[in-house]
Amino acid sequence: MTVLDTRPGSQYDSSGHPEVVNDFSIVIATVNGSGSQTANNTIIRSIFKMGIPVNGKNIFPSNISGLPTWYTVRVSKDGYVARRQETEILVAFNLQTADADLQSLKEGGACFYPDDYKFMNPRKDVVYYPLPVKQLVKESGADTKLKDYIANMVYVGGLAEILGIDLAKIKEALVKHFNGKAKPVELNYGVVSKAAEYVRQNLPKKDIYRVAPLDLTHGKILIEGNTAAGLGAIFGGVSLVSWYPITPSTSVVDTINEYLHELRTDPASGKLTCAVVQAEDEIAAIGMLVGAGWAGCRAMTATSGPGISLMTEFAGLAYFAEVPLVIWDIMRMGPSTGLPTRTSQGDILTAYFLGHGDTRHVCLLPGNMQECFEFGTTSFDLAEHLQTPVFVLSDLDFGMNLWMTEPFQYPEKPLDRGKVLSEEDLKRLGSFKRYADLEGDGVGWRTLPGNPHPMSAYFSRGTGHNAEAAYSERPDDWEENLDRLARKHDTARTLVPPPVVQTRAGANIGVIAYGSSDPAIVEACDLLEAKGVAIDYLRLRALPLEEITSKFIEEHEILFVVEMNYDGQMHKLLQIHSPENAARLKSIAHCDGLSLTAQFITEKVMSVLQ
Amino acid sequence: MTAAVKEPGAGGAKLNLLGFDRTEYKGKPSTLCSGCGHDSIASQIIAVAWELSLEPHRVIKTSGIGCSSKSPAYFLNRSHGFNSLHGRMPSLTTGAVLANKDLQAISVSGDGDTGSIGLGQYKHLLRRNVPMVYIIENNGVYGLTKGQFSATADEGQKLKYAGVNELPPIDLCLEAIASGCGFVARSFAGDAKQVRELLKAALSYKGGTAVLDIISPCITFNNHEESTKSYSYGKANEERLHDISFIEPQGEIVVDYEEGTAREVRMHDGSTIVLRKLGDDYNPQDRNAAISKLDEAQAKQEFITGLLYINEGRKRIHEALHIVDTPLAELNEAQLRPPREALDKIMADMN
Repeated sequence: MTVLDTRPGSQYDSSGHPEVVNDFSIVIATVNGSGSQTANNTIIRSIFKMGIPVNGKNIFPSNISGLPTWYTVRVSKDGYVARRQETEILVAFNLQTADADLQSLKEGGACFYPDDYKFMNPRKDVVYYPLPVKQLVKESGADTKLKDYIANMVYVGGLAEILGIDLAKIKEALVKHFNGKAKPVELNYGVVSKAAEYVRQNLPKKDIYRVAPLDLTHGKILIEGNTAAGLGAIFGGVSLVSWYPITPSTSVVDTINEYLHELRTDPASGKLTCAVVQAEDEIAAIGMLVGAGWAGCRAMTATSGPGISLMTEFAGLAYFAEVPLVIWDIMRMGPSTGLPTRTSQGDILTAYFLGHGDTRHVCLLPGNMQECFEFGTTSFDLAEHLQTPVFVLSDLDFGMNLWMTEPFQYPEKPLDRGKVLSEEDLKRLGSFKRYADLEGDGVGWRTLPGNPHPMSAYFSRGTGHNAEAAYSERPDDWEENLDRLARKHDTARTLVPPPVVQTRAGANIGVIAYGSSDPAIVEACDLLEAKGVAIDYLRLRALPLEEITSKFIEEHEILFVVEMNYDGQMHKLLQIHSPENAARLKSIAHCDGLSLTAQFITEKVMSVLQ
Repeated sequence: MTAAVKEPGAGGAKLNLLGFDRTEYKGKPSTLCSGCGHDSIASQIIAVAWELSLEPHRVIKTSGIGCSSKSPAYFLNRSHGFNSLHGRMPSLTTGAVLANKDLQAISVSGDGDTGSIGLGQYKHLLRRNVPMVYIIENNGVYGLTKGQFSATADEGQKLKYAGVNELPPIDLCLEAIASGCGFVARSFAGDAKQVRELLKAALSYKGGTAVLDIISPCITFNNHEESTKSYSYGKANEERLHDISFIEPQGEIVVDYEEGTAREVRMHDGSTIVLRKLGDDYNPQDRNAAISKLDEAQAKQEFITGLLYINEGRKRIHEALHIVDTPLAELNEAQLRPPREALDKIMADMN
């Protein structure tokens, strides 16, 4: 069928196909730097405010302006928020890519475009909605300087009218976006309503897609992972942030800066209870954390792969001198500068083993917005408890995209400041050895500079040392120290957040994944069940790997390890962790810069099973 | 801070105001070459810390990597120390001093540590004006890797393996003044008295970073006649800008100087540096004069020592970051974690 044949004014497919409500994807193609963020946020937020589960992903180039950018909106009555491979609705507002974008549209899909553009190879199996952008912007009476920024609101109005997005919700979204400032709200809403009116009068609906109000987002919030991480750090008691800007991690510290004055100002003095230093590079950033962590601060940075590379030497020092600090790695696509604005899970092995010699770090793997927030506290608790660096491996997809989630819960557990001896403790104990393993957990007691007890002082170093923290090259001291650090790693194994396991009746196939792969796995498990394949799902939340994972591996005949890097890094770690089961662990690795889709996972699983 | 009380202790040893005899300020035995200039600097640190009655637990000792960076192990055993990474002492010290503003950092670096691998961190530390004493034990050579040129080695100098140095030296005092550092001094490890007085002044300086570049001859790899970093060159060519005496607050001025030939520099803590004129009437509070003097000296391969520049006008990092007076490391949970209502309000704004 061709939708072009449908009669004007029809609400749905005249060929008898059922209309599709709250279950489609919109791709909005614009020019980077054209101010489309306001328009796209307005669309996603207004759909969210209609109670419909929705997710937005910004697929943008590493460029200030001029190159193509795509924003994808997934609308899902079933609550799925992963990227989909199919596009039902296209907003072709980037003329450089409009023809290519058109080819990606699903048969029967709808294409919104500026009416003065002529497609080179127009398709006959899609619906066109030409929008008189220039005319509508002109009629809006906006200041010349603002014209470029409001042109995108034309497609917001077009989508609203054709898909049935509530204009009142669009206004609410604009009020939220502009913090209630009346002038920009009126200006933008004026264009939206004018465009909607134009479409109502001139472009009858011919496609089969629409939204209808639901009640599935009530009480939820929309938030970016980096905002969640920044807030998590503030509520986790961060007292020193040192960082160097790098995409896609920058907004973690932007969030901290944004909320710092409101949330961390001492009421008596009006001064801040947290220092934020923009360092000259990533080496200095982590160097400050090492000094601050050693002296008793909850110190953190946020960076990405290239920054992690620069931090390597200090990470090794902090590990060996046993200094607590937290590094948020918002992963992007490597190797090298790679694709700076594309998502990846490519730093797993790098972060886990960061440093020369025998170095192993504690890594947390947030799998949703709740964990991006919670791990703000958890990371500091673990770092101070274990006296070691803790890496939190988020990624661009989580970090820079809007996700719906339940509101965050206030952290109830008191801050865990770890084994720190006060002057009184030292008086009571009568002796102090910095690296003595008194409890058998591999974690020694420490004192902080400023402790006046004569026994308090010790010397930290990256060179070989004994239990008294004295320089030593003795083989037995060296071995004893590494044995203790191995015990500490085993202690970490029992303290890190355990995996989350979801089982299905009769499943003998398991899937293991982590981080932002989660939404696609959840959907894929449902798709596979619909095909008669029951799959149990274990979501890893940390390294080192622990017992629940070993058990899960042993209990399943076939195991798929799904992740977003080329070499299957977690797959390799799992094979090391469970060598006797290595052959049963199958890698499904996705690595093209885009986030996972349920379709990709489903096809890979089925190809192995068939 | 007041002058040390010189009453005898139990064993007849003199005690300072805290009741410590000098041995309480000692460190581990040195493992450096016998006669190394770095050890004489460590001795002066011990003497000055005792004399000024520094509370050892409020001192932190930090360093990078290299012969010089081993030094903190050789003084102040009762202070926390951190021997960190090559060239990265500045960032580590910045973090520690930010964490606890009540700590007095005495940091030791070398010419390789500061002038080569760590030049960037050095400049940014000075730009941030981190309150600390930054001592460069400068011998113009890499000792721990057995004799390569450092960035402060003289142009035209010859070394056994490295050959001839074709590049001009970096003057770390000039770099410090250019970066806005408010206390810049140069001395010679062989001049114990001058090192001691400058150390006292540096430790009493409350304006931010105090840089003390001390030519400290490497007796193993760079103690040749032709090296400007050798003992013989230092002794023969040292050109003092002035004789310096440090007077503690409320202390009696005992320096003997003639009327009209001395300049007093009064510091924020009430202490005074008295500079007795030797040659020209050098004014260490004139930044342009300091830069010119160092430029001229470098061109002539002159070795000038003394207080090169002092100024107390810049914001220190704690003020620039607007952080609380209580050390960040001592904040309690209620100060670190915002209240429940704050989170609830943010969540309500996001729906």
